[in-house]
Amino acid sequence: MAAFLEIAKLHASYGPTRVLHGIDFSMDEGTITTLLGANGAGKTTTLRALCGMVKMQGQVSFAGGRLDGKATEDIVRKGIAHVPDGRGTFVNLTTEENLRLGAYTRKDRDAVESDLERVFGYFPRLKERRAQQAGTLSGGEQQMLAVSRALMLRPRLMLLDEPSFGLAPLIVAELFEILRTVNEKENVSMLVVEQNAAMALELADHAYLIETGRVVLSGTAGEIKSNDAVRRSYLGY
Amino acid sequence: MSRRQLILLAVLLLAACALPFLVSNYRTFQFTLALVYSIALLGLNMLTGYNGQISLGHGAFYAIGAYTAAILMDQFGMPYWATLPIAAVVCLVAGFLFGLPALRLEGLYLALATFALGVSLPALLKYHHLEKWTGGVQGIVINKPDPPFGLPLDPDQWLYFFTLAIAVLMFVLAWNMLRGRMGRAMVAIRDQHIAAEAMGINTAMVKSLTFGVSAMYTGIAGALGAIAIQYVAPDSFNIFLSIVFLVGIVVGGLASISGAIYGALFIQFVPNIADEISRAAPWAIFGIFLLGFVYLMPMGVAGAVRMALARLKRKAQNSPTRST
Amino acid sequence: MEAFLHQVLAGLATGGIYASLALALVMIYQATHLVNFAQGEMAMFATYFAWSLINAGMPYWPAFLLTVVFAFVLGVVIERVIIRPVENAPVLAVVVVFIALLVILNSVTGWIFSYTIKTFPSPFPAEPIFGQYITSHQGGAIGVTLVVLLLLYLFFRYTPLGLALRAAAQNPDSARLVGIRVGWMLALGWGLAAAIGGVAGMMVAPIVFLDPNMMGGVLLYAFAAALVGGIDNPAGAVFGGFLVGVLENVLGAFVIGNELKLAVALVLIIGVLVVRPSGFFGKVLVTRV
Repeated sequence: MAAFLEIAKLHASYGPTRVLHGIDFSMDEGTITTLLGANGAGKTTTLRALCGMVKMQGQVSFAGGRLDGKATEDIVRKGIAHVPDGRGTFVNLTTEENLRLGAYTRKDRDAVESDLERVFGYFPRLKERRAQQAGTLSGGEQQMLAVSRALMLRPRLMLLDEPSFGLAPLIVAELFEILRTVNEKENVSMLVVEQNAAMALELADHAYLIETGRVVLSGTAGEIKSNDAVRRSYLGY
Repeated sequence: MSRRQLILLAVLLLAACALPFLVSNYRTFQFTLALVYSIALLGLNMLTGYNGQISLGHGAFYAIGAYTAAILMDQFGMPYWATLPIAAVVCLVAGFLFGLPALRLEGLYLALATFALGVSLPALLKYHHLEKWTGGVQGIVINKPDPPFGLPLDPDQWLYFFTLAIAVLMFVLAWNMLRGRMGRAMVAIRDQHIAAEAMGINTAMVKSLTFGVSAMYTGIAGALGAIAIQYVAPDSFNIFLSIVFLVGIVVGGLASISGAIYGALFIQFVPNIADEISRAAPWAIFGIFLLGFVYLMPMGVAGAVRMALARLKRKAQNSPTRST
Repeated sequence: MEAFLHQVLAGLATGGIYASLALALVMIYQATHLVNFAQGEMAMFATYFAWSLINAGMPYWPAFLLTVVFAFVLGVVIERVIIRPVENAPVLAVVVVFIALLVILNSVTGWIFSYTIKTFPSPFPAEPIFGQYITSHQGGAIGVTLVVLLLLYLFFRYTPLGLALRAAAQNPDSARLVGIRVGWMLALGWGLAAAIGGVAGMMVAPIVFLDPNMMGGVLLYAFAAALVGGIDNPAGAVFGGFLVGVLENVLGAFVIGNELKLAVALVLIIGVLVVRPSGFFGKVLVTRV
């Protein structure tokens, strides 16, 4: 049986520069997988290739269909929500407008309204600031907004690019807690790219280690956590 | 420059000199205008092609040169050839001065500012307080110069040779400048503005000077044009003149000296042919050619010629029957 | 005093027309960071379309509406066919394409309709119905401008499509990530801008008479208005339009004479660009080195 998400021989380039040299990995539905690696390893590029945002070769299969070669807007409609690095907030629009845009492709109006309330349930601070211009939100709030916007799609798969970046550890813990809850309660699969290996390995079920555009290590989160080389290079002890 | 290129140029020059004796006076006049435009296009190309500053208002400098010559001849009785250096200086200064505030404008904004200049110029020329110099809406009529020293030439032929001489001079000067430090600085600024600055090029000075020299060239062309046509009037210097110059450098080839000649021939002779079809035809053709060149031949005719020559050269080198 | 009031009101009327065209310019600038040099000719072409409908016997307001639709479609087609290939091309290429568009529209109009000046009707009565300081057409033009602006505001603020359009203009990458088809949003923006331009053209034609070159000056004032208000600020463009209209009329009537009115636009444009490029209300752009 084909995996929920399957990436095979993924190559990607920025212009003439090749960044990914044949990435392979797969995910089962309902799991959280994390991609670890240092800066410039190719983690973000992998997510962007998944979404059709960079030039790529290779196979991307999702829920029985192929994604490679499709436009970003069409990939979104298959139920994949991408929380980009830098958050991609619409800074000149209000918080609520940002959230409603997350549901742009959906036709079920009533469900969208209830989803909005649910998202406000996870992040009450967003509800307080719903009419505020999104650019004036703090870093942590914008990250919550970005995650919420993705949730408004009712995605089957969420891609998160360095969600902990620039956030205080307490906020990150809070955020990851909510991600765990969403994953368990709503069966949203997640692919999380992270530099903060320690926290990512707490959240995830599986992990892949990427170095200079290739997968060098894979396994369950527990296995990776106890791997000596990983501990020394990425976990700092 | 290689020997072959020098020979080619000499042949071209000879042909150009023979021209007035082979065709009618009217044709000669048309070629005189083509020469005038080639100087103007060289000016614009310097600014836009080599230095990357977009000007949609170069018709204004052409007009300033033209009016300078006309006023000097009409009001001060100056001989036609003496008006050229004065028109040159006036336009050099005007261009430099315009270039100073333009320093702060990039790309689109500079295009916008120069576009505004081009659109509003005829109105400025018609301003009634300036009427006693500019002749207002009616403009100024001047006399066609006679050949000097009693040479056995028609006035049209003399004018052609005069213009040809000036054109050759201007082209040689431009070629010299563009090959030297100034030219390299201009191109460096066009391609990598910040790196050029970091390298120690005084970008502000280079850009303003380029504006000045470019305006000077176009102004000299304007003066020559006024002398050839014997008439200046505000409505001939509207925005469409500036656009014609743009057409000329795009079709001829940006950042290319020979492009100025191809472009000048294009903008001089296409309307003559197209006018037969309808009044609107020349501009429709210009527009379509602009689009065509942008999409298909961005290097212009000069670029196409260069590529064709390069291909021929490669074929000759690869040919098995090459003689050593 | 009366003369002054008259000029101010007349200025508001033409100002409304400048505001509309400036708004069209800003809409396109916001989405693409490009200045549409051909906006005036697009408006002029639409106005000629209206003229031929009216000339063929159609009553004014149906012709008006049909022209708005025509202008909208024209804008969409131009964006998809002519502008899209050069979206990411160097600035000079884009400028050349816009100029080519300007020139083609101008000459095609002259070819189809000839260059003789025509009259264009006003839907408003000849007798002044808004008081003695303003002609009915001037008052009507202000009214039409305000209605158009209001409709646009409502569209952008309160409809999902308007929200998507705003999002696509501000942040195309993020817009794609929520599934917005950014390419079509651009086309929609162009269509709307062209439609607004068409309305502006139909309001100005009764005043300046219909001729292929009628929008040249208007476009210049619209540029000035857009820059004064901030080239990326729609409300600023509207404010700028009314301001420029009033300035033009008042300065023209009392200070510099009618001939130099266009020079006002030139001075404004260069002045704003050199002194304060972001205008009154625009954002100051900081370019990263």
